[in-house]
Formats: sequence, C-alpha cells, structure tokens
Amino acid sequence: MREELLTVIEKNSRIDLKELAVILGVQEIDVVNELAALEAEGVICGYHTLIDWEKTSNEKVSALIEVRVTPQRGQGFDNVAERIYRYPEVRSVYLMSGGYDLMVILEGKTLREVSSFVSDKLSTLDTVLSTATHFILKKYKDHGTVISRIKEDEREMITP
Amino acid sequence: MRNPLADKVVEIKPSGIRKFFDIVSEMKDAISLGVGEPDFDTPWHIRDEGIYSLERGRTFYTSNSGLKELRQEITNYIRRNHGVSYDPMTEVLITVGGSEAIDIGLRAMINPGEEVLIPQPSYVSYEPCAILAGAKPVIIHLKAENEFRLTAEELEAAITDKTKILILPFPNNPTGAIMERKDLAAIAEVILKHDIFVMSDEIYGELTYKGKHMSIIELPGMRERTIFINGFSKAYAMTGWRLGYACGPREILSQMTKIHQFAIMCAPTTSQYAAVEALKNGDDDVAEMRMAYNQRRRFLMNAFKEMELECFEPYGAFYVFPCIKEFGMTSDEFATRLLEEEKVAVVPGTAFGDCGEGFLRISYAYSLENLKVAIGRLEHFITRLREEKKKFSQNCTET
Repeated sequence: MREELLTVIEKNSRIDLKELAVILGVQEIDVVNELAALEAEGVICGYHTLIDWEKTSNEKVSALIEVRVTPQRGQGFDNVAERIYRYPEVRSVYLMSGGYDLMVILEGKTLREVSSFVSDKLSTLDTVLSTATHFILKKYKDHGTVISRIKEDEREMITP
Repeated sequence: MRNPLADKVVEIKPSGIRKFFDIVSEMKDAISLGVGEPDFDTPWHIRDEGIYSLERGRTFYTSNSGLKELRQEITNYIRRNHGVSYDPMTEVLITVGGSEAIDIGLRAMINPGEEVLIPQPSYVSYEPCAILAGAKPVIIHLKAENEFRLTAEELEAAITDKTKILILPFPNNPTGAIMERKDLAAIAEVILKHDIFVMSDEIYGELTYKGKHMSIIELPGMRERTIFINGFSKAYAMTGWRLGYACGPREILSQMTKIHQFAIMCAPTTSQYAAVEALKNGDDDVAEMRMAYNQRRRFLMNAFKEMELECFEPYGAFYVFPCIKEFGMTSDEFATRLLEEEKVAVVPGTAFGDCGEGFLRISYAYSLENLKVAIGRLEHFITRLREEKKKFSQNCTET
C-alpha cells in the first residue's frame, strides 16, 4: 500500500482519509497509521500547494544560481549547503554533478532583492568561489504539473 | 431505380449506443460515464516515436502483415505474459484495431450457415460481423449470478453440430467480468470435446485487477484452435491510432492476411512505429494506468455499496455493470431519465445484448473528480426513485 499511497498523495495531498482508504482498498485506520509512520520516518516531508503566482497580484522573481564552492575537510559540501539553505528566501538547494557544485533556487520580490542576496550574502561566504545567476522568465511545468493549461475532454460522449 | 442495397446489411440493427449518442450530443453540460476508451493521453514517449517516424519520412506502406519489428515485439510480449510462442513471420497479423481482426477472422473461417457462439452482454460488433461473414449467430446469455462468466454448462447447451467458433470476450466490455484459470479450464474441456474454434478477444487483458490476466491459449490444445486478438487501444490509451493484432495457427492467419491484404493493405505505418515503442518501453505506463483504474473501480464499488445499488464486483476492463431492476424500469428508461433529470449519461445494458436488460454500463475511464460529481447525481436520482416508489405503494395501500 505504501508506494501506491505515496503516488496518490504526491498528486493530491488534500484527498480525505476516508476516500483514500476506499480507493486503496484498505481500512481508514491503516491509512492513518501509515501516514503517521511515513511522516515520522521523514518520507513525507510536507504537504504543499502548487501556486501560479503569475496569476495573482503578488509579484515574485525567481532565479536559479549555480554556485561553485570549496568543499571543507570532514564536512564535504554539507556545511556550506546549510549556510545557504538557512536563508528563508532560498527555495531549494541541490548538490550537483558537473560544472558547478550547488544549485540554489531563490525567490524574491524584486530583481534588486535577488541580486543583492547574491552579491551581499551568497558571494561573500568564504567557501563560495563563484556564482552564476539565471533569472526564471516563465514556468511551463512545475512539480510534474503543466502550469496554466486546462485540459478538456475531447472524447465523444458515448462510445461502445 | 433498383434497390441499391444489400439485404444482409440493411437487416442489421444499428448499434443501440448510436441512438443514445444522438440524445446526449444534443445536451449541453451533461456529464458522460458512457465512454469506452481511456481518459489518459497516449504516453508521450509513444507519441514521440510516432512523430519521429513522420519526421524521418516513414510514410510508406508496411508489409501486409505489418512491420517485422512490431510482429517480433508482439511475439516477445505474448511469450513473456502467457508463455506461448508464435512465429512472427507467419502467425501474427497487424490489424486496424482489434475490430478488424474480429471481422476478418470470422470471414476467414465461416462457411454459410455455420454457427458462431456469442456470449452476451458483450461488445457490439461480434453479432453483425458474424452475420456479414455469413454465419448464424447463436447468443449465450451470461448471468449476473455467475458474475457474467461463461460456464461449461452454458457453452455445452449452446453447441450444435453446426457450431464452428466460440467468441470469448474477456475481460468483458460492458460487464467488467473476467475468466480465471478454473473458468477457462472448464470451458476448454467442452471446446476440445466438440472440436470447435475460439476467437479470444483480449483487448482489455492488461486491465485486470485480480491477479494477472490469463489467456485461454495457455491451456493445452487451445493455441492450435484459437485466434488470439489484442491491441494497443486500451492498454496504452491508443484508441485513435487504430492498431490491433491477431495471432493464431498459420493456416488461419494466412487466410486472414489475404483478406487484410485486399481490403486494407496494411495498418497505419505511423501507428506501427509508435506501437513498437509501446511494447518496448511501455510497461510502466500500463502499470500506472492500471493502478489509477483500480482506484476508481474501488471508489465506484464503495459508492454503490453505500447507496445500496446492487452490483457484482468486476475485476476487468474499466466498466461496472450495476443492476437497476429494483426500480421497475427498463435500462433504456432508466438511462434516459438519468440523462434528462440529472444530466448523467450512461449506456443501457441492452446496447450489448437483450440480456443486458436491467443493467447499466458505467465507465470509469474518468478522473476521480468527474466520477464523484456524476455518482453524486446518480445517488440523488435513485434516492428520488425510491421515494417515488415508496409513496406509490403507500397510496396503493390507502386506497
């Protein structure tokens, strides 16, 4: 049940427990216990909502920053990653293979806010060697969901 | 002017679905649960291969029996799933949907007056195809108390010395019934005893929710006398690509290929390239869709239980077949009123044979959200019917 449960709530975390139990063919209490276990084990890390902020009056600027750093003895990249992810404006931090080390996704209110974060906070860290900032111009698809496309059922109404 | 038409064709009744379709299409904002095709898009990597084949200019005919690579993949698939081997060069034919395979299979095997056994309720095209092939269709009425499975007794009772072919439509549209090993073994005995042939339409084979789908070709002596029909429409959500196939003994397949060669030439080339990709890399997509269908199936069965609507639990395809006899209406009346009063379209069971009377086909090739809204309306409708009935019987006792 575990894998199927996760597949369902990954797409729809708002599904109610009773319905979840019905479609998985198990008892509600089992769903409750399994969810609790998954949360305790840190498999489920949160229940978020995917929002297209473009459609609101709330302006946001997102940037993807490639960061090259010097790994530290005994700590590897973990320490510097932690220094970076503590900033609340940082949305995601990934350790990458390839031409740079950390990919940081940042969200700010204005271009100025983002650039000052990079120049004042990020670049000034001792271990950071260089940064390259790319602003996100448009989101087409996020978290497996195509943004701003409502799909209509184009099938015939009745078919054999 | 002389009558331009063939009597045989004119006499065939138009599909019962067609009539209902005309009413529904007039109606705006109706929710339909009447569709016999997946709601998923064809997985992108499969579409991509189709597009790529067009880009490369692969727009020629293929050989009559289809791309060699596709036939090879099909035989691999059948060996993997059923443990049965077919020769890709002589025992596989790629057709325009499973429907073409049904048509030409019957035409290749039937002499005038021979009988074809058709268990019903079942897909709408078996009976007309049998008639067009010159056969006498003999209907076997499947029963709800057997979960609409075909029993050995029912089969035995329908066989005469003219019986040539049994059509075996499982997993079944419209009932969702499946045949498990014990069911198949029982009828196989009768089939062997009477030396008849089988046309096994397993287009919904991948959509089975109780163990793995078993084919009759897995049983001893059956591969030699069976046309195995499958296709890409249901498993890979590829209805519009029009691609199916038939496998069977060489002597039957070569005659089917002859009809196909003269009537069709070959199945669509683009679809065949896409289908190769489906068979090579589509297993995960099928599993994902199967999981989603199964969730919806459980949702519907639970909803019926809660509204106390009688329905056996189906384990195949994407249909449920609830019984509406308690309301004292025909399937047609029920479906028409449900459409007019609640704007929900379902298909009356009678569209799939007379013995579908008293039942409805409800498709769950819809998102859970859609199903929820539609089932809410259905519940509303039957609650009202039950109240009407109660009032009526109260009035009767008062007077």
